[in-house]
Amino acid sequence: MDHSSHNDDTWLIIPLFNEATVVREVIADARTTFPNIVCVDDGSSDDSVAEALAGGAVVLRHPINLGQGAALQTGIEFAREQPGAAYFVTFDSDGQHQVSDALAMVQRLRDEPYDIIVGSRFLDGRTNAGALKKFVLRLAVLFERLSTGVRLTDAHNGLRAFNLTTARTLRIRQNRMAHASEIVAQIGNHKLRYAEQPVHIIYTDYSRSKGQSLWNSVNILSELFIK
Amino acid sequence: MFDQIIIKVLLIAAFIIFGLILLRPGGSARNQAIRTITLILLFVAAVFAVLFPGLIDDLARSVGVGRGTDLLLYAFIIVFVGNSLTAVRRRRAQDEQITQLARQIALRSPERPQDAQQEGEL
Repeated sequence: MDHSSHNDDTWLIIPLFNEATVVREVIADARTTFPNIVCVDDGSSDDSVAEALAGGAVVLRHPINLGQGAALQTGIEFAREQPGAAYFVTFDSDGQHQVSDALAMVQRLRDEPYDIIVGSRFLDGRTNAGALKKFVLRLAVLFERLSTGVRLTDAHNGLRAFNLTTARTLRIRQNRMAHASEIVAQIGNHKLRYAEQPVHIIYTDYSRSKGQSLWNSVNILSELFIK
Repeated sequence: MFDQIIIKVLLIAAFIIFGLILLRPGGSARNQAIRTITLILLFVAAVFAVLFPGLIDDLARSVGVGRGTDLLLYAFIIVFVGNSLTAVRRRRAQDEQITQLARQIALRSPERPQDAQQEGEL
């Protein structure tokens, strides 16, 4: 297969918000494996857009800040219309995801009959997360199992790979943080064939300094329930 | 528990009705008409209450509330909560429209790396 060696049938979808210091390197690094990258700038106030273009990505700009979920949906709608696009990967702009993990996930989509592969931090021991963070993520997993019937070990992993069927099915309406739970719910509702892949998330000082705080779990619940 | 039973039933019924309204897909012509009619009735009631203050006390006693002012407070709370809920609902709908709008703008003008290089050379 010509496609599979060059990955030119695959699009990386990267939501971008004020990551000018790291995004060029992240994209340039990913581009050595995945030539097609679309960055959705969510109203950044720094040089993120110029840096992303310099890294070699196509950039879509939200005129106002809408949230990461909205950016993902915009990226998916763009990528699924591109000629030859067959596989899609949602990837983080701050370098916490590994290109090698993404590559392995796309390879599984090619070889195995799945619609979506979701990354998980808890299938092997590579990722170091704090005890409290682990506990809260476990609670989220339990909650999602009960409410959606989808059995995953890591509820809020941003690294996902999926095929065109999934790209056309997903409709993310939770603009902000609750989109991860919404995607899990849609996997269940549309009976998508899913599997998990052990991935390594690097909690760098940089990503920690952004403070992906546990308070967010409260916000996520409120976004899900208060309609 | 069972004192002031009438007012309790009325208040609870009002909240249940608000809940049911929220569960229905909103924005229909009927809902809008109901809102307008309710508003007019409220104004009429306000005028009567001003003209005949005793009426509210009588009304309050007939539903088991001691004073008219208490009844007014209850009514105010109901209207306030109902209004807050519809405001939240309207804001959600508006947010979704804004999202669609912003998304269409973003999708219409993708910037490609070549564009940036050309701009740099010029």
